[in-house]
Amino acid sequence: MTENNQHTNKDPTTNLPNGLPNNTGPDEKKIWHILSQVNDPEVPVLSVLDLGIVRKVLIEQTPGYDEKIKSPAIEITITPTYSGCPAMDVISMNIRFALLQAGYKNISIKSVLSPAWTTDWMTEEGKQKLKAYGIAPPNPSQSVCSTEPFQAEEAIQCPRCNSYHTQLISQFGSTACKSFYRCLDCKEPFDYFKCH
Amino acid sequence: MTNTFPDHTNLPDNILIALIEYTLHLADTSLILGHRNSEWTGHGPALEQDIAISNIALDLIGQARNFYQYAASLINENPGKYNFDNGYKRPVTEDDLAYLRDAIDFKNLLITEQTNGDWAKTILRQFYFSTWQYLLFSQLEKSTDTQLAAIAEKSLKETTYHVRWSSEWVIRLGDGTRESHQRMFEAISSLQNFCGEMFEPAEYEILLAKQKLGAEIKMLKPEWQNKVIHIFEEATLPFTEPKWSQTGGKKGKHTEHMGFILAEMQFLQRAYPNSIW
Repeated sequence: MTENNQHTNKDPTTNLPNGLPNNTGPDEKKIWHILSQVNDPEVPVLSVLDLGIVRKVLIEQTPGYDEKIKSPAIEITITPTYSGCPAMDVISMNIRFALLQAGYKNISIKSVLSPAWTTDWMTEEGKQKLKAYGIAPPNPSQSVCSTEPFQAEEAIQCPRCNSYHTQLISQFGSTACKSFYRCLDCKEPFDYFKCH
Repeated sequence: MTNTFPDHTNLPDNILIALIEYTLHLADTSLILGHRNSEWTGHGPALEQDIAISNIALDLIGQARNFYQYAASLINENPGKYNFDNGYKRPVTEDDLAYLRDAIDFKNLLITEQTNGDWAKTILRQFYFSTWQYLLFSQLEKSTDTQLAAIAEKSLKETTYHVRWSSEWVIRLGDGTRESHQRMFEAISSLQNFCGEMFEPAEYEILLAKQKLGAEIKMLKPEWQNKVIHIFEEATLPFTEPKWSQTGGKKGKHTEHMGFILAEMQFLQRAYPNSIW
């Protein structure tokens, strides 16, 4: 049985999370690779690993190994971004499909709420992909997140022209995880993946 | 997707039943306000605010789902202990609890079921509610029940945004035009008698607070009042503590609006039992 929490940094040679123990079997590497190909349906440039929602991968060869179907028992633990995020069920289904396609049959997907997901778990690579897609990536979370009204807005960089001369239009944008901004220099409106 | 919940099969019956009732109270409260807020979808005063209130509705319904899933597992794992029958020969689901209970079984706060009224009333209700919920979840995060603590921890991040957004709107409307100020004034008088219930514990809340499973809601009142007074001062609105409060929601005694909400929300499951999509 091997167990690994998700690591945010990746080994550039294998495109796999760093810090995996040396004895990881071929299944483990393969499964992390499969997960890196499963994308968020609402922000399709981000994989579930970029988002930081995969918390654990458990592979059980014995006694979970089922001789009849020749497949180890795989348990993937994910955590929701937002309580009401409608993408979670689709993400769970897509992970299952991706593993089934790769020939794994004994799959369970678990959801945990604690520790609660934070945008700090998003990978650096993920943040760059978001920006290239036109969505401003989240600032580190200690900078906001209080209940105080009209607090000084954090500086959000326009993903198109890189100006910090931007203005909040609405705290709630096209999905629960985004707020809505406008750039005062290039005049383009844009989504900001808000800190959480 | 499956969830791993704490094992409560060894809890004494009275505490187990209180825990189920409490979890349902939290679920119902979030669901009914989420439903009310969703009535604004497509009708908001501006596109951004239509999206904002719909997002808040989504957060609340998401919280409700987490609580209902937990309540369903408590009911299923302790057969015969809690009096609920979905009428089907299968385990209880989150949907059964939302769609197959009647008004008398719902334990939501009365303030959540009040009609939306105008934007001022909806905003004020959200502000009162989110300020209360923020304090509640800050306490519940420390519950010895790991699942209630996890839901509270998760929801708190969302509630933080709800408090901020609704506070800003209370100030904007209260300190806005003569008409917006007048409408806020009317909203205060139509909602003020429903605030006391937030701090008046039902029996199950008293029992669970003693066990450190639930929050001690009486203790939340001073901080809630301070926040309301602080925001009202900025909004140039008067704060007066009402002389009496309407209670009963936590025990299933609802206002006349509850039946209409359920009629709309539960219609499909009542007309086409066990249907899924």
